[in-house]
Amino acid sequence: MCGIISVIDRSKSGMDGSRIKHALSLMNERGSGEGAGYAAYGVYPDFSEYYALHVFFNNLVEPKGSVDEILRTWGEIEFEEEIPTVEQPDLRRTHIPWRYFFKPDISLMPGSTTPEEDIVTMLVMKINTTIQGALVFSSGKNIGVFKASGWPETVADFYQIDQYEGYIWLAHNRYPTNTSGWWGGAHPFNLLDWSVVHNGEITSYGTNRRYIESYGYRCTMFTDTEVVAYLCDLLGRKHGLPEELMVRAFAPPFWDEIDRMKEADCTLNSAIRLTYGSALMNGPFAIVVATADGIVGFTDRIKLRPLIAAEAGDRLYISSEEAAIRRMEPNLDRVWMPKAGEPVIGRVRV
Amino acid sequence: MSIGSIPIKFKVRIDPSRCMLCERCIENCPYGTYRREGETIFVDSRNCVACHRCVAMCPRDAITIEEKPVDYRSHPVWTRGAREAIYNQARTGRIVLAGMGNATDLPSIFDRLLLDACQVTNPSIDPLREPMELRTYLGKKPRKLEIKREKDGDIELNTTLSPNLKLNIPIMIGHMSYGAISLNAQLSMARAVSNLGTYMGTGEGGLHPSLRQYQDNMIVQVASGRFGVDIDYLERGAAIEIKIGQGAKPGIGGHLPGEKVGPEVSQTRMIPERSDAISPAPHHDIYSIEDLKQLVHSLKEATEWRKPVFVKIAAVHNVAAIASGIARSSADAVVIDGFRGGTGAAPRVFRDHVGIPIEAAIAAVDQKLRAQGIRNEISIIASGGMRDSADVTKAIALGADAIYIGTAALIAMGCRVCGTCYRGLCPWGIATQDAKLTQRLDPDIEWQHVANLIHGWTLEISELMGAAGINSIESLRGNRDRLRGYMLDEEMMNVLDVKPVGA
Repeated sequence: MCGIISVIDRSKSGMDGSRIKHALSLMNERGSGEGAGYAAYGVYPDFSEYYALHVFFNNLVEPKGSVDEILRTWGEIEFEEEIPTVEQPDLRRTHIPWRYFFKPDISLMPGSTTPEEDIVTMLVMKINTTIQGALVFSSGKNIGVFKASGWPETVADFYQIDQYEGYIWLAHNRYPTNTSGWWGGAHPFNLLDWSVVHNGEITSYGTNRRYIESYGYRCTMFTDTEVVAYLCDLLGRKHGLPEELMVRAFAPPFWDEIDRMKEADCTLNSAIRLTYGSALMNGPFAIVVATADGIVGFTDRIKLRPLIAAEAGDRLYISSEEAAIRRMEPNLDRVWMPKAGEPVIGRVRV
Repeated sequence: MSIGSIPIKFKVRIDPSRCMLCERCIENCPYGTYRREGETIFVDSRNCVACHRCVAMCPRDAITIEEKPVDYRSHPVWTRGAREAIYNQARTGRIVLAGMGNATDLPSIFDRLLLDACQVTNPSIDPLREPMELRTYLGKKPRKLEIKREKDGDIELNTTLSPNLKLNIPIMIGHMSYGAISLNAQLSMARAVSNLGTYMGTGEGGLHPSLRQYQDNMIVQVASGRFGVDIDYLERGAAIEIKIGQGAKPGIGGHLPGEKVGPEVSQTRMIPERSDAISPAPHHDIYSIEDLKQLVHSLKEATEWRKPVFVKIAAVHNVAAIASGIARSSADAVVIDGFRGGTGAAPRVFRDHVGIPIEAAIAAVDQKLRAQGIRNEISIIASGGMRDSADVTKAIALGADAIYIGTAALIAMGCRVCGTCYRGLCPWGIATQDAKLTQRLDPDIEWQHVANLIHGWTLEISELMGAAGINSIESLRGNRDRLRGYMLDEEMMNVLDVKPVGA
């Protein structure tokens, strides 16, 4: 099951997390109380030039010592603190959420055209695979992921998300199947600028994982959603595909449709399928991906999971349920059901 | 030691109460098992190879063939096969020949891999109601696309893809040459693949003029003997395949005996009539990987870079490294032929003892190419002992792009796997050039059987994919998460990169 909701304010006006908390908890029928999370863009304006690394520590002794060391080796920690939380009666604190504001030393990665991102990606992979008891779950600039095992409202109150203001919010209410309700398994998943919420199961995970791992990514969170974040990073950032073409690679048109297209479209779509066949995602899913520039929502090629979109003024909403959107904004200008595989794109105004 | 001292392999009996003396068995057996003596059919069981032609043709079901009615005294080490090979070699002083693929009882890895299906958490997809895509493109793929967005918002694609071979289904028929098999057999298979939108190989036997109508669905082969190769031949094929080795006999070349080289075979192969066609073990212009690269390049140049070029190798221990070398040439696909791959004739010692299983070879090659980041540079075609749609599905899940069948297509046309291909007397008109025998195989009928077989497998693969919640073959390829190993040892599962059942 799982329920997802996201919103973008195209004028970049801030929204606090209180409304999305209510919207997400409206979809509690879709969850099991074992995982919920929120991602917000624009929450760290004072540190907007630094990578905000959110880390779950099992304790603050060995794992934190190792993380501190590796971060200091590769750059500078401007500021760090435990993420402020408020104890909740029905939330068991199994990790200590910590945040670092980190600047990588680009001189340490010569030969890369995107040294900052490459260092941060490398560090995330390295910490998550080699340091026991530490998990980086958020690593973007001016972005924060807040997640834990619990019901949406509990997790929101634990992190006090109504204290944060963001122009993009992603939220997820989890009904776990693949992995138990551990904190790392809750959504959103994030890498650098990319955050993902996902309802469904990716039956092509094995293919996608083998593909992405041959580019140096390491899947460490035992769940199929993380691979979406890495695929977005590869196709969107490293290969520079525009969002709509990235989604086209993930959920391409059927060959029958491609064969009927005009020549230029046919060539382009064939090229995407041939080149990025291993990035094609199969199985039932509805996904919303965010970057600092906007959000993209899409479903699998035969829409086996619900996805609905709505607009009100500058705001675009994408969710599993219309009711959840109306909980955030009762007066909507437009509500529509995107077709299978068709992306819904909301960009901030430049 | 007289030959009579060896126990017979098969005992043929005719039930006199059912036999009506129609003599069809006599007419049909090219091995001289039957003759008429007065009012009975006399049987010389020692000539029987159990091809079952007589059984199939007997209108009264009067014939019974019993296997090994008189066995050797049993012994766990000195098996029947071991002893017979010794008698044979003691008599002839030669290499023992055998047909078809590996006949030892080594366990099949495919049989110990189980496929996955969806339940509850993800819905299975019903191929009767939803589209199911098996279309496959073989050839080099770019690592990434260069795309530019114009000022007006239009998208411009700045990457040109090299020519790929488009397959409606990921099943092709492998290379069995005219000479090794009959023209009627080739015509039947060619018509089948052209109807299905897939391909078959010519083998190293040239392209007979009557097959030109199907040339758009034929892959022409360049092997170490270069038989039948000229520019016309290369240009007619949809793709070109360089044969380095084959799974049934890795490391050695082919041998077509002169008695099979009649006028037609002679012209198609471009060799003198009745001359033995002996392909050298290595290509005499390939003594290292860069020589192969040059041959690929030459073939590409000769056909103006319009045709994909494949390289076929036998699955040997170092197959992954060899494939990665091939991927670095201009070659578009590597064909890996596993140790169960068939042949018309091979030394028994090679057929049964050299090479590795195709399952492990696919896994190793796919893994090596991915580790080196060059999987997109080359497609993987797997072959050697694919018996059904489950084998095909598992091969693709391990990482193959497409597969070749060989023996299965022959069985569809009547072959009973008697393994006597090397004698050139195939009673089913397949592995023979004798006009009386080849006319038994009617291409107008047999093409449909071959097409039915592949179509049936296609339907089954669609169902298996749908059950696994997958509607496009790309998402099955290399999806080893959807396989589990059953009664495979841990080392083997590491090689295959699959989890055990229950994990």
